[in-house]
Amino acid sequence: MDVLFLSRLQFALTVMFHYLFPPLSIGLGLHMVILEARYLLTRDPAYEQAARFWTKVFAVNFAVGVATGLVMEFEFGTNWATYSRYVGDVFGSALASEGIFAFFLESGFLAVLVFGWDRVKPRVHFFSTLMVFFGSTFSAVWIVIANSWMHTPAGFHIVGEGIHARAEITDFWAMVFNPSSMHRLGHVLLGSFLQGAFFVLSISAYYLLKQRHLEVARKSLKVALGIATVSSLAMLLSGHEQARALAHNQPAKLAAFEGHFETGEGGTGLYLFGSPNPQTKRVEYGVEIPKLLSVLVYSDPNKPVPGLDKIPADEQPPVQIPFQTYHIMISIGMYLIGLSLLSVFFALRKRLEQQRWLLKILVVSVVAPIIANQAGWVATEVGRQPWIVQGLLKTSQALSKTVQADQVLASILLFTFVYIGLFAVWVFVLHSKIQHGPAAVGGGHGDDGFLEVAGERVAREPETSLTSVPSIRVACADLTKEDAE
Amino acid sequence: MRRSHQGGRRVSELQVFWFAALGLLLTGYAILDGFDLGVGTLHLFAKSEFSEGSDDHGERRILLNAIGPLWDGNEVWLVTFGGALFAAFPRAYATALSGFYMPFMLLLVTLIGRAVAIEFRSKRPERWWRAYWDFSFSAASTLVTLIAGVAVGNAIKGIPIDAEGEYAGTLLTLLNPYALAVGAFAVVTSAMHGSIYLALKTEGALRKRVTGWMWTSFGLFLVAYIAVTILTLVSVPGALKNFERWPVAWVLVALNVLAIANIPRAIQQGRAGYAFISSSATIASLVFLFGMAMFPNLLHSSPMPENSLSIYNASSSETTLRLMRTVAFIGAPLILTYTTTVYWIFRGKTRIDDTSY
Repeated sequence: MDVLFLSRLQFALTVMFHYLFPPLSIGLGLHMVILEARYLLTRDPAYEQAARFWTKVFAVNFAVGVATGLVMEFEFGTNWATYSRYVGDVFGSALASEGIFAFFLESGFLAVLVFGWDRVKPRVHFFSTLMVFFGSTFSAVWIVIANSWMHTPAGFHIVGEGIHARAEITDFWAMVFNPSSMHRLGHVLLGSFLQGAFFVLSISAYYLLKQRHLEVARKSLKVALGIATVSSLAMLLSGHEQARALAHNQPAKLAAFEGHFETGEGGTGLYLFGSPNPQTKRVEYGVEIPKLLSVLVYSDPNKPVPGLDKIPADEQPPVQIPFQTYHIMISIGMYLIGLSLLSVFFALRKRLEQQRWLLKILVVSVVAPIIANQAGWVATEVGRQPWIVQGLLKTSQALSKTVQADQVLASILLFTFVYIGLFAVWVFVLHSKIQHGPAAVGGGHGDDGFLEVAGERVAREPETSLTSVPSIRVACADLTKEDAE
Repeated sequence: MRRSHQGGRRVSELQVFWFAALGLLLTGYAILDGFDLGVGTLHLFAKSEFSEGSDDHGERRILLNAIGPLWDGNEVWLVTFGGALFAAFPRAYATALSGFYMPFMLLLVTLIGRAVAIEFRSKRPERWWRAYWDFSFSAASTLVTLIAGVAVGNAIKGIPIDAEGEYAGTLLTLLNPYALAVGAFAVVTSAMHGSIYLALKTEGALRKRVTGWMWTSFGLFLVAYIAVTILTLVSVPGALKNFERWPVAWVLVALNVLAIANIPRAIQQGRAGYAFISSSATIASLVFLFGMAMFPNLLHSSPMPENSLSIYNASSSETTLRLMRTVAFIGAPLILTYTTTVYWIFRGKTRIDDTSY
């Protein structure tokens, strides 16, 4: 195995693992902002209880997201040193802006969000929640800008020759608003909102099925369903805009997404599924809707979309992976629209809680947006190959010259080992938080698994010191209340 | 490789500005993450909640919660240092990170391990679970400080760099006695700084034990400080060249000595706040001395000094440096505002409540 393959594998593994967490942080952040705003408006304690519960879940997720994000920042230098020298002037400024404008904001206010419930006034706390949400969103803004620049570079010129060539910034705002950054940003944020919303929907539906924490579950479900419906419908527009822009900016990628090998006469069709074969240059086992791609891209059923044959052979991306991941993403997008609308239909008729089958579907659908986000990332990044910066620098030229294959392999093994452990613990902690639910929130971070025991003990010996903690008293009262329901 | 149009005075001012800005970010990181890493190093010396005679929560929980709301924000200084180095001096960023490949991978894994240990320790009550995360937290904190210190030691001593600006040594080149000594110095410095921070955050029996830690770690710090100073003068010939150019820098050395001398005095008087200011000033002047030893180089090449990566041959273009300076001027007041706000909200002695770890 060569350094190029191993470095790409390492980057894919570390970024895909990292990308499980930030979208959830952004999505949950929006959810928490809405819940807490509603608490301030209504002063209904169920909203506060819900906001506190999701904050705890958020904190676990955020910690893993930050820890794995750190790896990404330094990997550009460790594994892609030539890339870093080549584009540091442009790309580095977006990355540094993330640190200065986003990272300090979110990690500063995160402390108040998580640890400040009883230290600051509700309004100040709400402000902190809002700032953490903004911080994680700004983070996405700068990262998406940096990434988009690699797809559609703008606002720079090349200085120097041969191996000493490098990109230098000429126009900061042209770099920021490069042709794909705004489309992409909308798409990524909507994907994040969906991941957060379906995460909340899943857990809330689970509680409704189990008849536990009903107040919090209903309130959370309502907010999340709103986010899910609006975002999934907006995603339709965003996806469409993306595809149109792609035809203009990166025709090779669009051709790979659609398995479109030969530019034909007249309108180009759209495959619903299939298996593109680069040898025969045909999509096998596929179902095609004639002329649809031309309609979607050009609003003209007879204008042909350029195929891979228009691209020089050494600049063609692989087809199978982008085709499949792109189609998985789109199918899941359609599924999420259907599921949201169906849930809204029952919710408006106040019959959602009776549809146990639908609640069960909501519980398992938590994985759908996660898969879609991952698939979308794979599609867009593999579809850009062989370029690391479209039209400027190939991935194979971007490696660190001093790094050996065995070092990269060793680091992959190291990260795999650590990440498997990390993932197991993350799932385990989330699971125990969900099992305990919002009532346990007041019982403290410190002592999960404690409250069930504590609840019994308090019931038997009301004078134990536990009840001197006000939140535990509240939590116990809630438990009894729910038992009564 | 350098561009001829980039020799003007304005550019060199910007390059010096960014050297100083990186120095400030490093100072912020060393002072702030310095104390929470130090608390991590000391963690196993505190009693767990399972020890005999400890209170309900155990001292280790107090230690964790003393840094609980702050460590994550402190680490952002490192992240931003990395981003700023990438943006302002991409060649140095690329050479350092690809050259120190395995140490950096180890550093990243340790930072992850530490974050996870802090977050997950409290999630289960079982003794084995907590003991495991206690050990991970302490080992990772110590290792992070050690690796950072070894990196600083190598930067001062110089590393082999070839004519293309690539690292030309091996992993073993980095594990030389001088760099390891600086690594050990970093560990005891942050332990001292962390123990003083804990004196501010604890009370009762634990506070008494913390006072003992302060004295021990101060003693170790003093020994290491003297040893590293002598080693530097003996084994790094160019370390003082900038003092010949700017003799006024000796004032900082004098202030450094005064700050160090004030630490035992403040501990003796029981004024942990003064001791903390003194140890922060000590760390700040140590970072300044590091900068004096390096300037104008970012990576000092030894034994081929002509291949060194300096702020002049490794920087980004004038446009980027100027742009990033604007970003820094907008960002810095914001960062200082929220850092101060958060430290203010979480001032006072650490108490375990229902939002604690």
